[in-house]
Amino acid sequence: MPCSKCQYQAVISLQHGNLCKNHFIGYFEDKVFKTINKYQLIDRNEKLCVAVSGGKDSLTVLYLTKKYLEKNSISVSNNLVALAVDEGINNYREHTLVDLKKFCTEHKVPLTIVSFQEELGKTLDQAYPIINKDTNKRPCNVCGVWRRYLLNKHAKKLGVDKVITGHNLDDEAQAIIMNIFKANTTLAARLGPISGVHEHDLFIQRVKPLYFCAEKEVRLYALLKNFQIKFSECPYSKEGYRHHIQEMLNDFEHKYKGTKQGIVNSFLATLPLLQNHEKQAPQAIQQCSKCQEASNKDICNACAMKETIQNA
Amino acid sequence: MYIEVFNEREQTTIKIEFAGTKVKDLLNQLKLNPEAFLVVRNHEVITEEETLGDNDYLELLSVISGG
Repeated sequence: MPCSKCQYQAVISLQHGNLCKNHFIGYFEDKVFKTINKYQLIDRNEKLCVAVSGGKDSLTVLYLTKKYLEKNSISVSNNLVALAVDEGINNYREHTLVDLKKFCTEHKVPLTIVSFQEELGKTLDQAYPIINKDTNKRPCNVCGVWRRYLLNKHAKKLGVDKVITGHNLDDEAQAIIMNIFKANTTLAARLGPISGVHEHDLFIQRVKPLYFCAEKEVRLYALLKNFQIKFSECPYSKEGYRHHIQEMLNDFEHKYKGTKQGIVNSFLATLPLLQNHEKQAPQAIQQCSKCQEASNKDICNACAMKETIQNA
Repeated sequence: MYIEVFNEREQTTIKIEFAGTKVKDLLNQLKLNPEAFLVVRNHEVITEEETLGDNDYLELLSVISGG
């Protein structure tokens, strides 16, 4: 099947036509750069930290952030660093970290790796069964809280103004539906291309340049750019609620093209209302009495989980 | 016709008898959602509308990764 714009072989069929390798790469990069500009995700005076794992999303967003800085004559060496969290998931994270280290060396981006083991005393594999026994929390709940905690803490240590994440259209559509199904408007208000509702000195703002890129497009881009990514899947991923939503949305997308984009576009139309509603609620951000990081309770969720382990 | 298929997600290679004509027919036969896979033939990514030939070797690359 030929590309809709030239005579070359198409590599993907999109709603608006088929694209060959070169036209797809152009379309994809243009979409990411337009997202950055439209939502002002990057300011030329800011120091940026890309949250990386070594997977397709984070390598793509790291590569394109660097490309965006270069395109806009912003110094990469002064403004860009990468930060990874090693959760301690056996036979999974160690493989992606190998790819990540190579990628960062090749692209000359300084990389910092922090781990659950060193920072919180246990790997996820060790911590999850203990926490689950007491609280019934799933591995993704534990991992999510500790990962966000360490990213924010170490982004501050690195002195950056923003954290850039590789969240894509599929991630966002899944999160929107998860919050709707669980009636969690507070969490929903924190979604969008720029995470969070309240600005606070203790929080580093997180932004998502791949916000409008479908997961399939990101995988294709990474493949066509020859990023060395070995296939790996978190062994816990199928245990999470998100996995069921992901399968449901892929099923809908296959039957009704544009479903995920429709979910995200509808959400963006209502996001200002959700954010205004949350802004009017009394702001309860305080410092955790244990770690002095941001919390909406006396003890933050990360420290509460750490305490569960200590008391077990 | 026969098609040999490597499934990256399952890390398996199988040879199957295929009665359809296009990539989308094959994915349908394997009960795989095209949203979750890229299809590669001879190091080139092909779309769901591509016609398959006897003894084609395909790699089905998983779109979903990470956790």
